[in-house]
Amino acid sequence: MSDKTMTADEVVSRLRSGMTLGIGGWGSRRKPMALVRALLRSDVTDLTIVSYGGPDVGMLAAAGRIRKLVAAFVTLDSIPLEPHYRAAREVGAFELMEVDEAMFMWGLRAAANRLPFLPVRAGIGSDVVRVNPGLRTVTSPYDDRETFVAMPALGMDAALVHLNRADRLGNGQCLGPDPYFDDLFCEAADTAYVSCERIVETAELTKDAPPQSLLVKRHTVTGVVEAPGGAHFTSCAPDYGRDEALQREYATTPWPEFAARYLGGGPHDRDPE
Amino acid sequence: MTATRSEYCVIACAEAWRDAGEILASPMGLIPSVGARLARLTFSPDLLLTDGEALLVRPDGTPEGWLPYRQHLALVTGGRRHVMMGASQIDRYGNQNISCIGDWARPKRQLLGVRGAPVNTLNNPTSYWVPRHSRRVFVEKVDMVCGVGYDHAAGARFHRIPRVVSDLGVFDFDTPDRSMRLASVHPGVTVEQVREATGFELAVPDEVPYTREPTAEELELIREVLDPADTRAREVGA
Repeated sequence: MSDKTMTADEVVSRLRSGMTLGIGGWGSRRKPMALVRALLRSDVTDLTIVSYGGPDVGMLAAAGRIRKLVAAFVTLDSIPLEPHYRAAREVGAFELMEVDEAMFMWGLRAAANRLPFLPVRAGIGSDVVRVNPGLRTVTSPYDDRETFVAMPALGMDAALVHLNRADRLGNGQCLGPDPYFDDLFCEAADTAYVSCERIVETAELTKDAPPQSLLVKRHTVTGVVEAPGGAHFTSCAPDYGRDEALQREYATTPWPEFAARYLGGGPHDRDPE
Repeated sequence: MTATRSEYCVIACAEAWRDAGEILASPMGLIPSVGARLARLTFSPDLLLTDGEALLVRPDGTPEGWLPYRQHLALVTGGRRHVMMGASQIDRYGNQNISCIGDWARPKRQLLGVRGAPVNTLNNPTSYWVPRHSRRVFVEKVDMVCGVGYDHAAGARFHRIPRVVSDLGVFDFDTPDRSMRLASVHPGVTVEQVREATGFELAVPDEVPYTREPTAEELELIREVLDPADTRAREVGA
């Protein structure tokens, strides 16, 4: 069986400008920040980003890497409005496919199930259908005849997620209370890269944790990166909470100044490379 | 004991979950959270509550269930939930906006995004909480329909907006055309004040009652158990 371990920069070397990238986590929680930092150090750009958005979206927006965003929100949780995302939107910096949280999930499920769409009772009556003129509806073929949004599959060239543990083969483990949709991102994307706090032997994974914590299966994973602190400054329960002080600094510092420290291997760059 | 404005707001929010049965109360915002826990501790003991993350918890924080986002979204579409969301804008038919101010293509002010407002409003009862009632929030027409109002819902099967609570009063849609009606004012507030602060013509009955008084037990729970630090006063001042 193949050893899929690689570095964050090796992951990014497989990504190309113009690709559609899914980013796991939720808001400012368990975001694959070590991989996002590596992406920001590269010249990969013109991206379509699919994300339950947090600082991953804010940073890529600030750096001008986004051509199109698919999202239901972008937030830093403890700071409700993401300042860099906001600034980018207010100058119309990129195209936006704004959908509801549930529509987003059904779009991932459709892609993971190789379906062109799935029906969802959400969006109808709201301006989500107005701002997404490409969205179609579908009417139940049964007696109820209810009309739904036909949420199109959210397929992706690559997914980036961060988990607590993984083995070298790509079996990924979530020890925190919420898996978010990281397994779905990996199943829905053509390739998936899992960074983790620690790579352990396979037998180690279930030594002190139940098998239900084995969230991501190796057949959906292309590469594994050991990145202690790899979600920092977002939270990565139970390994660490959000670094609120650094997040505040990120939210209040002009991006080029913050980027020079955050991306440049300064004291906050806990990427092991 | 005299109740403060923020405590009337807690009572008005708690009342949203009266007789709700064994469903999830999902409050967004501080005063709705105190209200939901108050309802759970008093007149709606079967309510389920979350810790704001992935756990179902008793009012004292003891976990009693697991509810990650994927299951939470399934609970929404199953309908056994009553959410109280915020609103940056709300109009007379209960359309709500939390996405952006101005033209969506290039907003004057980007806000959160539609979040789960579209799925909430079509699937489970959705109420709203507005801590500062003003013409900037209660508008003639919202800039982006996130939560679906009665005019846009067109009789959708599970659409229902039981109430809107603000720092001035309680509102519902019990009118022939399902437009917003003043249901009660909080003690100390006049009908004229509410009209002044509302950017559309509100249905106002001849007799507008006051929001009910909290009982002595409720006041004690709010002050001693649920919010001893009086954080509610930071959301709604005296």
